Parts: sequence; C-alpha cells; structure tokens
Amino acid sequence: MKFGVVVFPGTWSDRDCGWVIDQVLGEQLQYLWHKDTDLKGCDCIILPGGFAYGDYLRTGAVARFAPIMEKVGEFADRGGLVWGICNGFQILCEAGLLPGALTRNASLEFRCEWTNLLVERNDLAFTSQCSDREVISVPISHGEGSYFADPATLSRLEQSGQVVFRYCDAKGDVVASANPNGSLHNIAGIVNKRGNVLGMMPHPERCSEAELGGTDGLKLFRSVAEAAMRVLVS
Amino acid sequence: MRVEEKEIDEKRLREVALTPEEYRVIVDQLQRQPNEVELGMLGVLWSEHCSYKTSKALLRRLPSSGAGVLQGPGENAGAIDVGQGWAAVFKIESHNHPSAIEPYQGAATGVGGIIRDVIAMGARPIALLDSLRFGPLPASRHHFEGVVAGIGGYGNCMGIPTVGGEVYFDDCYAQNPLVNAMCVGLVPVHRLMRARAEGTGNSLLLVGADTGRDGIHGASFASVELDEASSERRPAVQVGNPFLEKCLLEACMDLAHTDAVVAIQDLGAAGLTSSVAECAARVAGAGARIDVSLVPRREKGMTPYHVMLSESQERMLVVVERGREPEVAAIFQGWDLTSAVIGEVTDDGCLTVVDGRKEVARLPIPLLTEGAPLRRLTGIAPAARPSLDLDQLPPLVDPGATLLRLLASPNLSSRRGIFRRYDHMVGDSTVIAPGGDAAMLRIKGTHLGIAMTTDCNSRYCHLDPNLGAQLAVAEAARNIVATGARPLAVTDCLNLANPDRPEVYWELEETIAGLAHACRALDLPIVSGNVSLYNDASGSSPIHPTPVIGMIGLIDDYGRRLQAGLHNEGDFVLLVGSSHNDLGGSEYLKVEHDLVAGRPPALDLAREKATHKLMLEAAGADLLRSAHDCAEGGMLVALAECCMLGGVGVRCPALKPEAPVRVDSAFFGESPGRFIVSVLSRAMPEMQTLARRNRVEISLIGLTGGDVIEFEGQFRVSIAEMRQAWEGLI
Repeated sequence: MKFGVVVFPGTWSDRDCGWVIDQVLGEQLQYLWHKDTDLKGCDCIILPGGFAYGDYLRTGAVARFAPIMEKVGEFADRGGLVWGICNGFQILCEAGLLPGALTRNASLEFRCEWTNLLVERNDLAFTSQCSDREVISVPISHGEGSYFADPATLSRLEQSGQVVFRYCDAKGDVVASANPNGSLHNIAGIVNKRGNVLGMMPHPERCSEAELGGTDGLKLFRSVAEAAMRVLVS
Repeated sequence: MRVEEKEIDEKRLREVALTPEEYRVIVDQLQRQPNEVELGMLGVLWSEHCSYKTSKALLRRLPSSGAGVLQGPGENAGAIDVGQGWAAVFKIESHNHPSAIEPYQGAATGVGGIIRDVIAMGARPIALLDSLRFGPLPASRHHFEGVVAGIGGYGNCMGIPTVGGEVYFDDCYAQNPLVNAMCVGLVPVHRLMRARAEGTGNSLLLVGADTGRDGIHGASFASVELDEASSERRPAVQVGNPFLEKCLLEACMDLAHTDAVVAIQDLGAAGLTSSVAECAARVAGAGARIDVSLVPRREKGMTPYHVMLSESQERMLVVVERGREPEVAAIFQGWDLTSAVIGEVTDDGCLTVVDGRKEVARLPIPLLTEGAPLRRLTGIAPAARPSLDLDQLPPLVDPGATLLRLLASPNLSSRRGIFRRYDHMVGDSTVIAPGGDAAMLRIKGTHLGIAMTTDCNSRYCHLDPNLGAQLAVAEAARNIVATGARPLAVTDCLNLANPDRPEVYWELEETIAGLAHACRALDLPIVSGNVSLYNDASGSSPIHPTPVIGMIGLIDDYGRRLQAGLHNEGDFVLLVGSSHNDLGGSEYLKVEHDLVAGRPPALDLAREKATHKLMLEAAGADLLRSAHDCAEGGMLVALAECCMLGGVGVRCPALKPEAPVRVDSAFFGESPGRFIVSVLSRAMPEMQTLARRNRVEISLIGLTGGDVIEFEGQFRVSIAEMRQAWEGLI
C-alpha cells in the first residue's frame, strides 16, 4: 500500500501524515510535490492541512491550479482514493471534486480543539474500521471550516448519504453546542457519490497514537490500507 | 589629528537616536565625520535594542555556562545538548513597542523574528510560547485581541505549535503591553550552525522577501519611550508574511543536504546592517563588502540608506562557499524564493557598502558592534513599597466564595479561550498540551520529552525586584518539575521602564542580581536572552520590572510525564512543601482586599532545590499520579485547578494550620516550593521516606473523589461552580 502525500508551499500537515503512514502504520510513503505531474503509483492521495500558497485569496483557491491537481482529478475520475484533510478538504471543494465550500468559522476565530465526530458511513474505504454510528474523537485546527452548500446541494448530499462525519457530543447526539465552527447540519466531512473522494476538516493524523491523546484517527488510516489490500488481492 | 567638528544637527542625531557624546566618539574613532548612511547604520547598531549599552555590563553577571551548554549568549539563539544526538535551540525576544502601536502586526512579526533566530542555528522550530502583559480588560481589549490574533495568525500559518506562555493584566501595562515570544527548535548536534562569516571571498546571499522601506529605524524606535507621536511611527512597524517565512523555513531545512553553506543569519532589528556586522564580528578580523544595488527591492527610489536600515521581514543572510552559489540558490528556487549574491566576506575588518561602483559607507566592524560607549548609570532604590500588617487584615470568612472570586480573576482564570485560537498540536509531538504547568514536546524517534514554560510574577518584582526575579526562576523550574522533567536551561527577556531614571536602573541591577543568584543556586545556565527597556509611554506609569523566564527541561521517557488533573477516585492528595504567612504581593490580597503590598514570599533556594529533587525522585519511582505547582492563588487555587482539569473532586478534613500560620495564608498564601500531588494510598510510605530523606515537608490534604472540593465544616464548592467562574472570561 502506497500513500501519496501532496506538498504545496505552505502545507504543514504533510510531515504529520507522513509520520503516521510511515512510522505508526508502517505503510509506504511517497511525498508528491505540487509541481509534479505524476502520482508515482500511489494507491491513495492525501491532500494534507496547511495554508497552501498562503491561502491569501480564498482557502484552496490557488492550490487547485497546481500541476499535481490535474493528475489528482484524473486519478479520482478513475476511482482512485483521494483524501482531503483540513486545507485539503478546502482544495477539493475549490477544485470541484466535492460540492460546497468551507467558510470562516462562525466564531470568526481560529479553533484548535478536540471534537467528537459521529461516523455516519462505515461502508467506505476510509471508514471500514469504524463501527456503525461510532463516535470518534478527532482534533480540529482551522479558521475556515464552516461547511456551506446551497439548500439543493445540501439535500442531495443528505439524501444520497454523502455526509460521513458530523460534529456531535460525547454521546453521539448531533447538537448545536457540539458544532465548533457553524457548519451546516454539523457537517465535518463528506464523500463524493462514488465514495472514493473524502474531505474532512478534523485531523486524523493528530490522533493516531495514545500519547497524543487518542488513536481514533488511526482507524481511518487502517481502513484505507485495508481497502487497498482488498483491491490488490482481488 | 583633530577633525574639524562640523555643527551636527541635533534633530538629525535624535532621528538616529544618538547622543552628541556618542557622535563625538564616532568622529574620534573614525577620524572624520560619518556620512548620512554611516550615521544611520551606527544609530541603529548603537541603539539600546542592538548594543545593550545600558545593560551589557550587568548582563555579564549572569551564569551562561554549564554542563550541556552547546551555545551560550551571543548567537542567534542558545543551544543545549539534550542527549541521543539532539540539541535544543531556544530563545525569547520582546516585540513590545511595535505591539503597542500595531498589535496584530507587532505580535505577528515578533513571532516571525524569533522563529528565524532558531532557523539560523540550523534547527527546525518545534514550538512557540508567548508571555503577554496587558492593561486591565475591557479597556485594553484592543491590544489583547490584536496580539492574540497576530500570534495565531503567524504561528498557525507556519505550522509550528504554540504550546504555552502566560498572560497577566495590570494597570502598568495599559500603555505598555508586553509581547515576548519564545521559540524552541531541534537539530542534530553535529548540524548545529553558527552565524560566523568565515572564509574571505565567500559570498553573502540574501534570501527571502524583497527589501522595502518598512521598519526603518525600528531598533531605534524600540529604544525610546513611546509618546503621542508614536502612532506616527507606524511605518516603523513591519508587516509579516508567514507564508513566505514557511517557505524560507523549509528551504533552510533543505540546506542540510548541502555542505556549501557556511552560516545563516536572521535579518531582524536593524536589518542588513546588523546581520552583516554581527556575522563578521564573530570572526576576528573579518569584514564584509555589500553592494546595495544587488539587493532585490520591493519599491522604487530606495536609497542605500533605506536598503541598509530596512527591517523588511522574512529575510535571511546566508554565507556560501565561493563558487557554490548556484547550488544554494537552486534550493531556494525550489521553494520559489528569490536569492541574490549581494556581497562577500573580506578580511579587512570593515563593513564596506557600495552602490554599484560608488562607495557609500565604510565602517570598522568593532566600531559598529562594540563601539557604543557603555552607559554607567547609578541606581537609586525607590521609596519603600507599602508594607503589609497582617494583623490589620480582616479574617477569611468564606474560603469557598473567595476561591470562586479568585478563579474569576483575569490573572487566574482559564486560558483556554486563548490557546484554542493557537494550533498547539501540529507536528504530532505535543504530549502535554497547554493548560497545565509546562508544555511537553516529544522528540520523535526517541523517548525524550522537552518540557517548556515561561513565567514571571511582576507584582513580586515591583515589590522587590531581586526577590521577584528569583521567584520567577523558581516558579518556572517548578512548572518544569511538575511534568516530571528536570530543568535544564534558561532564556530571559528583561522588560523594564526607562533606565535613565535611577530607580528603574536600580530595578535593572536588582533584577539581574536576583536572576544570577537563583540560576546559580539551581544550576541553570542562561543561554540566550533579550533586554527591552523604555517600556514607559509618556504620561503612563512605568511598567513593573518584568523579567520573563523561559525555561526548558528534559525527561528521559515522556511515557512517565505527569499532568495536573485528578482523574482517579480514592487517591491521596498531598501538599509537598511548607506553607508560611506569605500573603505579600498575593493575588488574594489584590482580589479580596485591593492591596498590592508587603514583601513577596521568602525564597529558600536550597529548600526549593531539595523539593525539586524529591519531586523528580518520586516521579522517577512512579509514585505520583498527578502533579501541579502552587503559584498565584496559593494551595486552594492549585487544588481547584487539579479538580477542574481532571474532573474529579477532593474531600478534605478541615484545614487547621499550626500557629503562627494563618488560615487565609494556608488556603491562599503563595509560599514557593510547593506542589499538589496525588498518589496511590500504597505509595504513601515510600513518599514519606523520600520526603524525610530530602527534608521536605509533605502533608495529607484529602482524598480524591466526587465532584466537589470540600473542606469539612469550612466550605464546599462543586467543580461545575468552579468551572463557571473560571472559564469563558478571556
């Protein structure tokens, strides 16, 4: 299993994702530079967190034009696994690989804290190691993570079950007080219709070891590794 | 030969912040009048901010050597050997004046500057801490919000976690907010770099941002008192670009792949002038030649004067082996960063500046960096501070109600509202997050943990600067010890008012004496630091002496780290250390009796050291389940924090201190050298043995359990009530 981690100038979760893949999970790691035009045989492409190109215009708005993104788009079209985390989610939305947009947090402040997520889909390559409607604990760290989509898009997402993670309380109740950023419908992560492109604001790579406060994030990395194995075996 | 002294315009001298006496020294040394460019260069380098002319003689008294010191003061940052081939590089620096004028950018560029200092040592920055002081809220909200947003705006974008710091509010900071930023980095010992301009003929490469007119005279501006015209100095405050600095950081890390780089130097205060002069000054006889026409510029019409004095951010000077410039330039190019060869290292001991073919300045390096005449001022002790007569103090009526009022004091309330605006997790190394005593970062690939903290109680320093400085060192060390780590070394940021006032100079002398004494007693070398004077805006009262102590510590196995919160029921809660009638300068006096009076708590450094030893032995023997140090607010506030952080309460018998200790002192007094720890009941005999052996008093406070703090017959407060008071204020 080979994970590709894309590095834009301004990306900073690349090394954390790399650490988890290489040192915790023990899978193959390939960094991909934003100017690369080849995905180097990776089985899953991660767009990590950070401030790609400084995010001076709109988060993710410039990164979508990077040479690597054309290849990521083609890879997704062929059914390849693409996983956008934080800034990566923002880039996927800007690139049109996922619907909607991430806007400024309702608090108007940056937020770095632990959140509880209700896993609404565990039939995906990204979540197969989670149990049905499991509550996982994953930190967020963003200033622009409030998920927004127009009403039609939102109802389409809901009807087709594309909402993967929702902010919830410790018991799994999706309540306003558990929503850290004002996201519509408490949305923390969504997947495309085909189920191969996931975007999420929380950072699973920050909670894949007990000493960092939790290991729920590792379930997502393990899910992907296992999914790739299944493909290889079949 | 006596040079004819042309009348020099006093106004012009004031602009470059030089005195007529200093000007005379310059003329004497040069045997000629300096030209405009030279005058500007000397002005910034002879400013207090760069030359330390007022504090230098005193600073020599600080201990700076010791086991494990790889780099003491004089470089971009200090460095300590932490074992297994790693060096920890760290420094704290002030950005007070810019933050007073332009809080967001002032704080942001303060963070940017200290990060570059660590990068220049070849280290990857792993953590940031910020020590902040403001006037009371809500009046100072503008400063507070701007500074907190600026720190987050820069650090969050850099991908460096902001893991600690402190915030205090006091009237004396209303016009003089303090922003001290500390950065800690890691580098393999064999790759630790020094910013020395070695090798005649080697090239000087300027990389990063283009040079603009921003920040000209920033160093001089930081060396005078703020006045009403200060807001006109806004152009002297630089604007930060963290994205550019992030690229600069990664490119500098990539330089480890080549051996073509001789040195890296940050461009901070006094820009190119200072960085080139400092780099050359570190090598005997070295000089440098710079061609300003080769410096990439942001705007048109800049003169050599502007180029040499610009404080444009996100720039680094790299000394490269001659002939290997393309190799290094290619690394920066990979990050879309421009670099330009702007000059070379010489062996004539002079900084020569040319503009194309025309020489525009030529000054001896020693004159620039060491030439400023040291100022020998005389300190006079100020009028005695108000004394405290404990017998006049009304007795404590309801400790529970007092506790809730103290928890709601802005100086003691929860800092979560601040640190959740900072990314404190990026890097996957934060094993103790903000909110407890010290933060801790692991060194990946090892079991080592680096604990880090900043501390200073400036109310103590106001009442007694010498003792206050000692208490700041001891308190920082306690923060480190409370995590199970051993204190290693110190970086200090001395913030004071105008030293030309004899009583302020006295405070500076006393502060440094106290610092030196405590660091010697606790075996803590001071490996880097910064002095910020003139923190007294006209019309405002001078700030309290505020010697902020940044400290790092080491734990061999971070798996054994300790945290403050009580998580288990049925554990014994102990107070380690002795309580006395230490209410002088306490938060209790201020909040309950509106008094700032008395002497700060007496400090016995030998006893302090013994207490640390006991704590580390107990931690090493796995006896402790939690540990928290007692600081402002005393034992009861510390105990309340343990309960709130862990979510478990404590039931205690009535607290009846032995005479002459008063009940209010026992609950809220701030005697140093004390910790609240929890232990398994079966660990008690061993704890007692250790305590006896180290001659440290331990006393049983109560048993963990439930969701209240209760002292039988005295008071009972629920964790929910405490949280209500403690959280959400700032």
